[in-house]
Amino acid sequence: MSFKGKVFLVWMLLAACFAAFVASFDLKLSLIAEKLPFLLGLHLTPNGFIQGLPLTLFLCLAAMVFSTILGFLAALGRLSGNPLAYGLATFYTSFFRGTPLLVQLMLIYLGLPQLGPVPGAVPAGIIALSLCYGAYISEIFRAGIQAVPNGQREAAAALGLPRWLVMYKVILPQALKLIVPPLGAQFISMLKDSSLVSMVGLWEIMFLAQSYGRSSYRYMEMLLTAAVLYWLLSIVFEAIQARIEARFPQGRH
Amino acid sequence: MSTAPLAADKPEMLRLEGVHKHFGSHHVLRNVSLSVRQGDKVVLCGPSGSGKSTLIRCINRLVSHDQGRVLVEGIEVSDHARDLELIRRDVGMVFQQFNLFPHLTILENCTLAPTWARKMGKKDAEALALSLLERVHIPDQAHKYPPQLSGGQQQRAAIARALCMKPKVMLFDEPTSALDPEMVKEVLDVMTELAAEGMTMICVTHEMGFARKVADQVVFMDKGEIVEEAPPEEFFTAPRNERTRQFLCQILSHE
Repeated sequence: MSFKGKVFLVWMLLAACFAAFVASFDLKLSLIAEKLPFLLGLHLTPNGFIQGLPLTLFLCLAAMVFSTILGFLAALGRLSGNPLAYGLATFYTSFFRGTPLLVQLMLIYLGLPQLGPVPGAVPAGIIALSLCYGAYISEIFRAGIQAVPNGQREAAAALGLPRWLVMYKVILPQALKLIVPPLGAQFISMLKDSSLVSMVGLWEIMFLAQSYGRSSYRYMEMLLTAAVLYWLLSIVFEAIQARIEARFPQGRH
Repeated sequence: MSTAPLAADKPEMLRLEGVHKHFGSHHVLRNVSLSVRQGDKVVLCGPSGSGKSTLIRCINRLVSHDQGRVLVEGIEVSDHARDLELIRRDVGMVFQQFNLFPHLTILENCTLAPTWARKMGKKDAEALALSLLERVHIPDQAHKYPPQLSGGQQQRAAIARALCMKPKVMLFDEPTSALDPEMVKEVLDVMTELAAEGMTMICVTHEMGFARKVADQVVFMDKGEIVEEAPPEEFFTAPRNERTRQFLCQILSHE
């Protein structure tokens, strides 16, 4: 049997063990069948908004875009000789890496209204996820940028290229190869942390699982369903990441 | 090749006046002054750590000097971003480690700066790049990536990349030191051809044969100072300074 075949066998065995473990809970499968369409977001909420899996995906995709931009800017600040930029970037990463996401979410959702702006639950969730993950991603960008040999920067500068072009045309393309794998890992982690934003009443996967669990006194069914959905989503994320990584040929660097 | 007209006839290309540089407590350049006229070929030599590389890096401000003045075509080298870009476009540089961009083909390496910093059209830049790759004898490598080339070919590609900006001065920072011995000649040949075409050049090198053949002026540095400056025949046959004599003794004992 090939290596892949054996690995597949191991996976199947482990899955069977897990299924046996779960079967011992005496699950009510009809409840899962009844609620799954809601978790999958096949129905809109009573006031016509997306819920469940599509909402989780929407929150994550938006937060991916914003956290990547924030992370890049914070990395530039961290690498800058300007004390203001450096100070801003280091304070930002220190705070958002050093405090719980749940607290950050509350500061934005309940704290910001004290100053005036009242963010809705969706923007609050996206802002919290973006700020928190931007801080981690900035370290990934910084490490990737610093890993490009200094001679590359010197050669590009010596040709008279302005600094932004040195970054855009020479440094970033080489850094991206190093940035993509850990960035993918952060996004998968973000996918699961998006369950925390259910706290502000967003009807994403975890919120629905908990409320259906509460109303039916059948938590395990709903939590397991949510877990499987997150797992499947992260497998999809991994596959996308692998495809992006394959676009950076090995031989060129 | 020192048959150029009298030095005084030619305009000054660059000038260093009383330049000092410290790296921390290490005084790397001590009161260095140097004048290079258009078409001059200057070879900088000296023991390692004598400040040769630092000196030529001060010319295009890859290293910033602490004191004194550096002028390229009369423009003072400073942190002024616009001036600096203009100076760097006119000052080509070739590095010991080639520093080609590994994610770009040789052709793209050559066209990057002309298209973005000189605003040259893509077609024109490619034609220029191909003609210069021809000049350094590697036109058939244009579509390969740098790691696919030998060291000597990479260094010649790096020379072509610098020439694509149509520089008025070329700085060479130990261009053959990272090469296998059998590839040194092909790079020195290209540099010799470039010199014959009248390019102003400053070369940090230990290739004394090249210095003898190509240089108008040999500058010897030790401990951050310019110790001796002389035309090659005088430099090699009648060095005035004791430190120069010692250095030549060590370096020429194998030639």
